Amino acid sequence: MSPLAQLTGATKRFGEFTAVKDVDLTVEPGEIVGLLGANGAGKTTVIRMLLGLIGTTEGTVELFGQPPSRQTRRRLGYVPQSLGLYDDLTALENLEFSAAAFGRKPAAKKTALPDQLKPYGKDLIGALPLGTQRRVAFAQALAHEPDLLILDEPTSGVDPLGRARLWETIDGASQAGAGVLVTTHYMEEATECSRLVIMAGGAVVAAGTAQEIIGASQAVVVLAQSWADAFGRLEQAGLSVALAGRGVRVPGASPEQVQAALGDLAAVVQKVPATLEERFFELVQGS
Amino acid sequence: MSWGADDLVVRYRRTVALDHVGVDLPAGQVTAVVGGDGAGKSTLLRCLAGAQAPLTGTVRRPGKEGVGYLPAGTGVYPDLTVTENLEFRATGYRMSREAARERAARYLDSAGLTAAADRLAGQLSGGMRCKLGVIAAMLPRPELLVLDEPTTGVDPVSRSGLWWLIARAAAEGCAVVLTTTYLDEAERCGSVLVLDEGKVLATGTSDEIIAAMPGALRSVPARPGDPRAWRRGGQWRVWDPDGTAGDIQADLQDAVTVAAIAREVRS
Repeated sequence: MSPLAQLTGATKRFGEFTAVKDVDLTVEPGEIVGLLGANGAGKTTVIRMLLGLIGTTEGTVELFGQPPSRQTRRRLGYVPQSLGLYDDLTALENLEFSAAAFGRKPAAKKTALPDQLKPYGKDLIGALPLGTQRRVAFAQALAHEPDLLILDEPTSGVDPLGRARLWETIDGASQAGAGVLVTTHYMEEATECSRLVIMAGGAVVAAGTAQEIIGASQAVVVLAQSWADAFGRLEQAGLSVALAGRGVRVPGASPEQVQAALGDLAAVVQKVPATLEERFFELVQGS
Repeated sequence: MSWGADDLVVRYRRTVALDHVGVDLPAGQVTAVVGGDGAGKSTLLRCLAGAQAPLTGTVRRPGKEGVGYLPAGTGVYPDLTVTENLEFRATGYRMSREAARERAARYLDSAGLTAAADRLAGQLSGGMRCKLGVIAAMLPRPELLVLDEPTTGVDPVSRSGLWWLIARAAAEGCAVVLTTTYLDEAERCGSVLVLDEGKVLATGTSDEIIAAMPGALRSVPARPGDPRAWRRGGQWRVWDPDGTAGDIQADLQDAVTVAAIAREVRS
């Protein structure tokens, strides 16, 4: 069986500018693929190609084994960053509208919304808190039981419990056999994905599980009487240094380099595995 | 005496936005304020910045010119260029032109904004605008820097630049307070204040807050629908309020999630 989504050597140029360069990407049923990258890395262009909104300049895009079309769009659930809901319709009216657009009979009012959202059915979307709006957008994207879900920054600005609840919904869809492609800016969230694809400058620079991507990458933690003194000396030595509680972290440096930069400043210097975020910067800066 | 606030009460009509909230903001330290929608984070920051008067309670802050404030949004003028935004700020704070120029150049350079100096702020990407907002707030070398969600929706590369600026300000001796919905960011701060429905749920270092979490966490098979269970890192975990030993070592994100669950279960 062919993958739900497959980009093969996909390249997209806008005039002189290459937004996406020779990207290979697949999403299989039941897996959650996280697409990570800075602004301008090409994530949105990849999503637009999958949705069939733009074509490729070179290479191919296939959804369910065929080129993107209105037919494939039916089997796809999409939650854009802006949510794509109508502010001046109620939650239920939004769902009815979407059902009509997908050529489905609207679900009975009693079952259209998941239990936790029922109290908000008759509220205008614009009057609901952001976290609740996001859950409505999810319900809308899932209503036609899509085989593939595409989620663009699904949890931006949502508090931790709300985020956990959204991920339960995403996981529920993947357990039921749907494939999921999700973009996020939040590295902690990447651990929710079965597989990650990291993009920089339009190209894929790493792919695999978080552990595989971090590999043997390391950072150094420095604890000093005054973190500010340590910060100042490390910065002056040209090392990239970040705040870490009451100490600092120096990604991509060796303990010896750090010790040398600290000079006579008394400090505890410890080597630790890099975080995914630290590894991400190594990859992005190296590209 | 350090900057901060004692026993603040703020009400909007019938809603109690802050219910006897206090916080200490030592110089040279970054303090994170975390909590869900409507917890009172922005209200607390507005009070600290002097943009809002509490009903009762005291705010300890330097005079107007000693406070740098970045309100939620970005706090920059979209119709001015990057340079004009910073010049305007410097004039407002009566900074010497040379000092302002020298500092602005250094911060713009470290934040990767030098090439954008003549662009209109309204045409910058979200991340660049946020960095400009923070630079503008820290330009006059405030003693107290108040930043409302400086990193929300900002991509990881810009976020790392923002964190460098924030650390730079604290290293220069400024007391920094900021709100965030990202708990790994809060963990980077020297001190954390957890707000919930206008009340202080917990305060201290990230380790102290984790240690104060009631009960224990256990890993369980999938349990959708259980209000005390949630999914994290591909595994399900449940909060046992009366448990003493669990198999999961909680972190700040767990502690804050548990606080939110405890409230949901109560109500």
